[in-house]
Amino acid sequence: MRNIMTIAVKDFKSYLASPMAYIVISVFLIFTGAFFGLISPFNSSTYIQTSLEGFLQPAGIMLLLFGPLLTMRLLAEERKLGTIELLMTAPVRDSEVIIGKFLGSVGVLLVMLLVTLYYPIMLIAFGDPDPGPIGTGYLGLFLLGCASLAVGIFGSSLTSNQIAAAVLAGGILLALWFLGTAASYLPQALSNVIGYFSLSGYFPDFMRGIIDTRAIIYYLSITALFLFLAIRSLENSRWS
Amino acid sequence: MIQVNNLTKYYGKRLAVDNISFNVEKGEIVGFLGPNAAGKTTTMRILTGFLAPTRGDVKVAGFDVLTQSLEARRHIGYLPEAIPLYTDMTVRGYLDFLARLRGLPSNRVKSRIDDVVELCHLEEYIDVLIGKLSKGFRQRVGVAQAIVHEPDVLILDEPTIGIDPIQIASTRQLIRELGKEHTVLISTHILPEVSVVCERVIIIHEGKIVAEDRIENLSSLVSGYRRVRLEVQGPTKKIAERLRQIKGVTRVSYQDTHFIVEYPATLDLRSKISEAVVQGGFTLLAVEAVEMSLEDIFLKLTTEEDTEGASQ
Repeated sequence: MRNIMTIAVKDFKSYLASPMAYIVISVFLIFTGAFFGLISPFNSSTYIQTSLEGFLQPAGIMLLLFGPLLTMRLLAEERKLGTIELLMTAPVRDSEVIIGKFLGSVGVLLVMLLVTLYYPIMLIAFGDPDPGPIGTGYLGLFLLGCASLAVGIFGSSLTSNQIAAAVLAGGILLALWFLGTAASYLPQALSNVIGYFSLSGYFPDFMRGIIDTRAIIYYLSITALFLFLAIRSLENSRWS
Repeated sequence: MIQVNNLTKYYGKRLAVDNISFNVEKGEIVGFLGPNAAGKTTTMRILTGFLAPTRGDVKVAGFDVLTQSLEARRHIGYLPEAIPLYTDMTVRGYLDFLARLRGLPSNRVKSRIDDVVELCHLEEYIDVLIGKLSKGFRQRVGVAQAIVHEPDVLILDEPTIGIDPIQIASTRQLIRELGKEHTVLISTHILPEVSVVCERVIIIHEGKIVAEDRIENLSSLVSGYRRVRLEVQGPTKKIAERLRQIKGVTRVSYQDTHFIVEYPATLDLRSKISEAVVQGGFTLLAVEAVEMSLEDIFLKLTTEEDTEGASQ
């Protein structure tokens, strides 16, 4: 655990020292702010006007985009700089390296979500929103964000080119997101099964205040799966 | 401290290290010498656990690098050929991260960093971003990270590459100092470095060990031939002709008044050579035996097939 935290702290600090995290957080705030403050209030649905849904929906999609951008450097840059040799020759398991890096990026995700807390605070100050969907909405965003970061780390583990890593991870996430839409063209039985694997399928429930165990397990599984693949990818490079 | 038995490494189908075996004892400074692409870096990467061997047993500090990798790695300080630096960190932040990552107890990290920084003469730069340091200082930071967790074994891959001569001298001095407390394996393709820094040398060529001995013994290893340097006044071509006629002489080369005569080590032709010169009516100014330099030995060992081909 100490090893994991050492790596997590190092990577979190290095986010704070580089412009990428600030740019991503700023852009995230600008767009979600625009949706929350400028678009939702004029929506014809009073529910949208008085809940966080106007923020949550675009925020979810943006997390899919930003996960790969935040994580693309985590391993690709280490490979490029040669510092991967430090990590892989330290008395640290490959799994600890990957999980440490993942937690470092989760730190940035938490900061990103924390700074949006003024949306619900404003909602509570000026209205009487239902706190349930706000809490579950944030839980959904966090879980979706974790999955997105995990896929991003997997992409980063495959190459020393950051752009390639981000494109690869973005492709995987888009495919998982639109799996549900694509599946709807298939026969009903098949479409239901494939729908279970869609990233987008579970998110609306969270926005409506529903905590579905399947959804939590699904997001955690996606996160674990891609972290596992990243660990294998790192291990594999020893056997080149 | 380092035991390598029948180590073989393939990259795909390309053979990089071909069944090599060697040992490095505790406290030794051993030079790992070879031309580029001889397999030095590959061997070092296997020793440090960065790469897995295809075949063979490799033990560092008594731990197998494959099955007890974490224990083995704990005992190793490694400076890779391309110095691995986080350019966005300060020297202190970098050393702190690596000391902790390699398991130095938290309460000792700070004092150890101070010691290492002093040893590597980095005091003034401890809070400078690594990205702003010059090449020579970066290299010192590289050495500092290799020793920050107090390892028993140091593995330094071409530690003096790309820095200026004064820095090279101070780095070699530092390595010799480190050799008092650590077991050191240092790779290089710079020959004088080995004789300055190391006690023993392992010469590797095309993935195979072609020679391994203490430096002073190496010359006899390849000797086969002995050389004598002469200084003779007179017509050079005639003198050379005369020298070549001596029975047993295999090669004569000359420049101005200096001649080098080579003959098999089993013979001692010194008296015959001086006789021949004097009888020819030339003035013999000096005779001296020539020690084979490390360069000669190295070239002889790594280009053996070529010279044989040329002499046929």
